Amino acid sequence: MPSATDGPPTDGPPTSEAARRAVEAVWRIESARIVGALARYTGDFGLAEDVAQQAVAEALVTWSRDGVPASPVGWLLATARRRAIDTFRRRSALDERYAVLAGPLAEGEASSGAALPPDRSQDLPWDPDRIDDDVLALMFIACHPVLSPEARVALTLRAVAGLASEEIARAFLVPVPTVQARITRAKKTIAAARVPFELPPSEQRRERLGGVLSVLYVIFTEGSTATSGDQLLRVDLAYEAIRLARTLTALLPEEPEVHGLLALFELTAARFPARTGPDGEAVLLEDQDRRRWDRSAIRRGLAALTRTSALGRGLGPYGLQAAIAACHASAASLQETDWESIVLLYEALGRVAPSPVVELNRAVAVAMAHGPQQALAMVDELVAADRLPGSHLLPSVRGELLTRLGRTAEARAELELAARLCRNARERSVLLRKAAELA
Amino acid sequence: MSKYMLIMRGTDESMAKMMETPFEQMLETVGRFNEELIRAGVLVAAEGLDDPGQGVVVDFGGETPVVTDGPYGETKELFGGFYLIDVASKEEAVEWAKRLPAIAGSKCEVRRVPGIDEFPQDNEWIVKERAWRERTGQL
Repeated sequence: MPSATDGPPTDGPPTSEAARRAVEAVWRIESARIVGALARYTGDFGLAEDVAQQAVAEALVTWSRDGVPASPVGWLLATARRRAIDTFRRRSALDERYAVLAGPLAEGEASSGAALPPDRSQDLPWDPDRIDDDVLALMFIACHPVLSPEARVALTLRAVAGLASEEIARAFLVPVPTVQARITRAKKTIAAARVPFELPPSEQRRERLGGVLSVLYVIFTEGSTATSGDQLLRVDLAYEAIRLARTLTALLPEEPEVHGLLALFELTAARFPARTGPDGEAVLLEDQDRRRWDRSAIRRGLAALTRTSALGRGLGPYGLQAAIAACHASAASLQETDWESIVLLYEALGRVAPSPVVELNRAVAVAMAHGPQQALAMVDELVAADRLPGSHLLPSVRGELLTRLGRTAEARAELELAARLCRNARERSVLLRKAAELA
Repeated sequence: MSKYMLIMRGTDESMAKMMETPFEQMLETVGRFNEELIRAGVLVAAEGLDDPGQGVVVDFGGETPVVTDGPYGETKELFGGFYLIDVASKEEAVEWAKRLPAIAGSKCEVRRVPGIDEFPQDNEWIVKERAWRERTGQL
């Protein structure tokens, strides 16, 4: 509802709050294209990110004083480009890049920071034929294997998704300077490794795409099962991953795993409304009110899964996980779920992406399809091999299976162990409640 | 995230200009904008309305409803279609609205669409509506 406190976003009397919101809105929509275009102009990703951030900082000041310009994107891009030129001037006199950059500026853009002529979105100062490649190149560089996993996540959220460092810090429960340091370090690493701003050569394409997808997966997973803190879900973070995955499916429509990843996100997010109770506590799949699942998200997820299959190259790890999520999404209840198919899908997943967590999930599916005894043997194998040391997942599943087998004393000990190992406060309370029920 | 409706309001002048625009060109311009919304992952729904002259107006001014042929009264800014988008803030909705391939003279009204969660969940009609929304995927 509009109210006086909302503050006019655009044309009214400028305030720093209104300007901040306007800058945030534009940056959210355009950061990838702005940084992408600047990186191509300058050939220097780190510089592009720096000058884009400088432009954002200047916009906060200028827009709150003079109001939002007619073309906010043009303003940001031109300001960033001027800062890039300043940097090049400082670095060296008139080198080749400087000449390239100065060209368009000389044709009418004042270099003093004066207001730019208004232009419409169709006249955006980037090359429409190349902008898709620029955004893709940006995703690839932000997720480059020379970077640490944390840096990839931070850089992707800031440069591609357009989140502020403060928002990233809040999402991952780390201090703001930590996020800023990660990003600064990441840019230095990219410069030191002389990573070019370009699409990866075709022989590396598959592997590098896998790197991008895994960064989106990490962002989504952190949003959908917050590993620490007192909140079970950080929906906004999961939504950022969905947004990035949607963009990526538009950029790479022929890649089955991109659609598979989006399908997995949509189908998992569909369960969010049912995953927490009125007090924010975790609600397990078996207890969820399936009427609260988001049917639109399920429909979108199933459509994405169909696109994956239609590409005719089989399902990869994300497609398989999406197919498992689709089994759940299509079932009216836990009992009516096609557990046999889920067991087979987990077997397939274990072959293409072997991991103890997949094995554990397969055991859970086996318990549903064939009973707890067979599943317990599988879990005990994982315990014996010490495949998931320190994880609460193993004792929590073991506790469940022992409960179903009537071995309550052992079950209780396992659930209590799981609670001690669990870092998420909401999940921990569910485990403790289950243990207490066995007393 | 909140849903916002971008309500397109045309005038006689903008409608006339639209009629002058070659259909293919209009499809391309609007299509490009729609594609942007899809790529950004924010588009929920969009519809455009048929010729207002073909519409019918039901007037509740009297004791019984009076039905007359369209267009709708003397209002200059007729509702011509809408976009429904899911975005992080009102400012983001406005930023998208500013990019509409709108024809000079027309306007766009940006309104937040309250979600079903914002209504009393124990009201029987809300329960029924919620069930319908869940069934049809319109939460």
